[in-house]
Amino acid sequence: MDKISVDVAIVGGGIMGCSAALALRKAGLTVALFDKGLCGAQASGVNAGGVRQQGRHVTEMPMTRRAAKIWPRLHEILGEDIEFRQVGHMRLARSEADVEMLEKHAAMAREHDLHLQLLSGKVVQEMFPWVGRKIAGASLAVEDGHANPRLVAPAFARAARAHGADIREFTPVESAQWTGQHFEIEAPDLQVKARHLVNAAGAWAGKFLSLFGESAPLTLRTPNLFVTEPVSYFMTKSIAVCGGAVYFRQVERGNVVLGGGPGWGDLTIERARNRADTTLGQFQRAAELVPELEGLQIIRSWSGLEGDLPDKLPIVGMSRTTPNLIHAFGFCGHGFQLGPAMGEIICELVCEGRSQTPIDAFCISRFDTQAVEQKRTAGATH
Amino acid sequence: MKETIVIVGAGPAGVRAAETLVEAGLALIVLDESARAGGQIYRQPPHGAERPAEKLYGSEAGKARAIHTALEQIRPRVDYRPGTLVWNCFQGKLNTLHDNAQGILPFDRLIIATGAFDRVIPFPGWTLPGVFTLGGAQIALKSQGIAIGKRTVLVGAGPLLPLVASQYLEAGAEIAAVLDVTPFKAKIAALQRMMAMPAMVRRGLSYLSKIRRAGVPMMYGVRSLAVAGDRRVEGLAWTDHRGRRHQVACDAVGASFGLKPEMQLADLAGCDFRFDELTRQWLPVVGAGGRSSVPGVYFAGDCSAIGGADVAELTGIRAALSVLEDRGTPKPQQLRQLETELARHARFRAGIEAAYPFPNHLIDGIDDSLMVCRCEGVSAGDLRANFVKSGAPEVNRLKSFTRVGMGRCQGRVCGAVAAEILAAKSGLPLPEVGRLRGQHPIKPIPLVAGKQS
Ligand SMILES: Cc1cc2nc3c(=O)[nH]c(=O)nc-3n(C[C@H](O)[C@H](O)[C@H](O)COP(=O)(O)OP(=O)(O)OC[C@H]3O[C@@H](n4cnc5c(N)ncnc54)[C@H](O)[C@@H]3O)c2cc1C
Ligand SMILES: Cc1cc2nc3c(=O)[nH]c(=O)nc-3n(C[C@H](O)[C@H](O)[C@H](O)COP(=O)(O)OP(=O)(O)OC[C@H]3O[C@@H](n4cnc5c(N)ncnc54)[C@H](O)[C@@H]3O)c2cc1C
Repeated sequence: MDKISVDVAIVGGGIMGCSAALALRKAGLTVALFDKGLCGAQASGVNAGGVRQQGRHVTEMPMTRRAAKIWPRLHEILGEDIEFRQVGHMRLARSEADVEMLEKHAAMAREHDLHLQLLSGKVVQEMFPWVGRKIAGASLAVEDGHANPRLVAPAFARAARAHGADIREFTPVESAQWTGQHFEIEAPDLQVKARHLVNAAGAWAGKFLSLFGESAPLTLRTPNLFVTEPVSYFMTKSIAVCGGAVYFRQVERGNVVLGGGPGWGDLTIERARNRADTTLGQFQRAAELVPELEGLQIIRSWSGLEGDLPDKLPIVGMSRTTPNLIHAFGFCGHGFQLGPAMGEIICELVCEGRSQTPIDAFCISRFDTQAVEQKRTAGATH
Repeated sequence: MKETIVIVGAGPAGVRAAETLVEAGLALIVLDESARAGGQIYRQPPHGAERPAEKLYGSEAGKARAIHTALEQIRPRVDYRPGTLVWNCFQGKLNTLHDNAQGILPFDRLIIATGAFDRVIPFPGWTLPGVFTLGGAQIALKSQGIAIGKRTVLVGAGPLLPLVASQYLEAGAEIAAVLDVTPFKAKIAALQRMMAMPAMVRRGLSYLSKIRRAGVPMMYGVRSLAVAGDRRVEGLAWTDHRGRRHQVACDAVGASFGLKPEMQLADLAGCDFRFDELTRQWLPVVGAGGRSSVPGVYFAGDCSAIGGADVAELTGIRAALSVLEDRGTPKPQQLRQLETELARHARFRAGIEAAYPFPNHLIDGIDDSLMVCRCEGVSAGDLRANFVKSGAPEVNRLKSFTRVGMGRCQGRVCGAVAAEILAAKSGLPLPEVGRLRGQHPIKPIPLVAGKQS
């Protein structure tokens, strides 16, 4: 039996846990991170790689803006290329109502210093002739882009380890309790004493609510993804559509990655799969927008296991039942971009009990019975 | 009870399974990607390019004709859909593609009879134009009646090697050399077990004597293969079992190293797999009567373990009988005799596997510069260097970092080799580095919006 004692124990080696480990080490705390498998092998490693600010809910704006400032220098922070490319992200409007929505969104974003370019249908056609005709307009976020999800969380884990974090893979945390002074955490052949505990267990985070007498309506979300054979590079922007039915982008080597709609997954056997029916539907919608996609061969498909919440916003903040317990999970299919900021936010929560970035909206208490009655604030469009 | 019974594959296994079920009065659907029935061994040329069975199948002409006729005879009573690729199996439904149109086929029982394909191990020059697999060399002959080159070298690690060599000679093609990468003494040691089927041994010997009579050099224990040529094949060099270097001029090479079951469908259907030490590959777990670990899913033929054409016919019948049994028919009499016969084949097969042991030396000899995954351009050096950096303890992790197996073939060709390289580099046992997770589509499928069958 191995016994260790640290300032902070982190459950979950996804992008949230790993970026937190690095930030906490940089702040001088001792850190141990546990993943039941390999770091970045779950949602953080299989997502669509979209690094996107546009389309986010107003409450996520400060967080996404903070992350956007980190992404362009992330390769320096991590010491490796994570294939981040600011190719620009374009949301297409198919109707006047959609255009209006984009305008409203752009006005909101401007208040957070995110400047989206509104393009008319005609301009879209001129600038991006590969977009089909049915376009009423578009909104372009030039700072947005994509990165290689398979590289990012493992790179955070490596960097954290290089900074002295104790990163333990294949170490499932089985129990945790608060003694009044510290946490006692158990994994096979391992006992951990920690002053702080970070619940970054992704889709499995519910376990670390019930252990501490908390609850949230966390469910499973399995975004459906697939990729085509490589074809010569023509699609210069990442594409999404108002209404969210489908999103896609082309990587430099030529493959087109498409997503949207539900796949299939099972948390206990830890298996996710693409749903063929979803894929065929997604493809049809994509080909209506970009006719050149028609006839491309799909070579691979997949899905992943991600925590979902009814209002499509994560739970980030201090536990309400247990001191020194921090939750950061339930990113509802759009947490990849937030990851680099989330590490810093978690670090601030550990060190000061609060973050300089407003996160009150993500408090777990919003799911108390009366809070649930309140309607979801308008503007969330993912 | 009316059930939908589906067979995927119309090779010897699928056809015999279908015939058995039709004889029992059941309705069924047979799907096959090929335009014509027969599978790999009894592959038929395209319509309009027919040639006599004796020319195509040699000593096996009778069996080939029997399989083709069997299907023709039951055709009025089965829903046979040639040219239909099955590209996914999930929650009791198959996704199919026929003539660019998508289809969904729910089933109650599924017999997987998808056969096998060539096992590939890279060697210098293996991606050059003019290098084919042995199976590819045979397909060229069977379906188009042409050899892969004017002067061909054949390389292998299994019974397909002497067979294809003799078929090429029969067809009048020039063979520069026949190179077996497994040792001669293994054959001697395995002979007794192979004698479980004396007729098979005789047939094998007749291929060898044909090669000898033609004056074609035949060598065993060959290692360190290297294709000569920059743009295309100009020759092949190798080291013989005494350590002498050889080189011959040729314009084509047919090389593969045994067979690998075509098991993605089983994987997508959720069947359990096990690691087979003898052949160093992952195989589906086959239970009594050819049953898989998933109720209602059965195996027939080479898709779950390599047995060859005769075993394919027998296991085809066996899978059908298991379907009947699971539907409540009393245990068929035939089954006992079938199992006895299969046991004899299994002894013979064990002999074959021992006669052609897995050529580890080819894996050990893979140089850093050698391309392992041609779709994504990943070399052996890339894989090894990534392990040093990332410590990837299993092959899906290595895939995730290096893209090995992410291209068109989805690791069908390179996945097993990547696992071997990772195991060797990490010092982990091969079973521990695992196998690539299966995802649909089984083969690349064109997406054509709005077309549904
Ligand atoms: C298919 C898909 C596509 C997506 N596309 C995008 C996109 O384009 N853009 C975007 O911004 N976001 C996207 N997302 C969302 C994004 O991937 C996630 O929000 C983000 O990765 C969540 O990170 P995480 O660290 O919370 O979770 P994960 O990466 O899932 O990490 C949680 C970790 O906790 C570990 N764990 C759980 N329980 C235990 C335990 N008891 N003991 C030890 N370890 C445990 C797990 O093994 C896992 O590694 C997508 C998600 C998916 C699934
Ligand atoms: C190239 C090659 C050549 C061979 N030559 C010989 C030989 O000469 N002599 C010998 O004894 N053995 C040979 N073998 C071994 C061969 O596997 C068996 O002899 C025999 O063909 C096995 O019969 P089967 O019915 O199990 O499979 P097969 O005969 O391979 O039939 C499988 C059938 O399934 C179909 N199929 C596969 N996947 C799908 C899918 N996803 N969707 C739809 N249809 C699908 C294929 O089109 C094929 O018709 C060869 C193998 C290969 C790969």
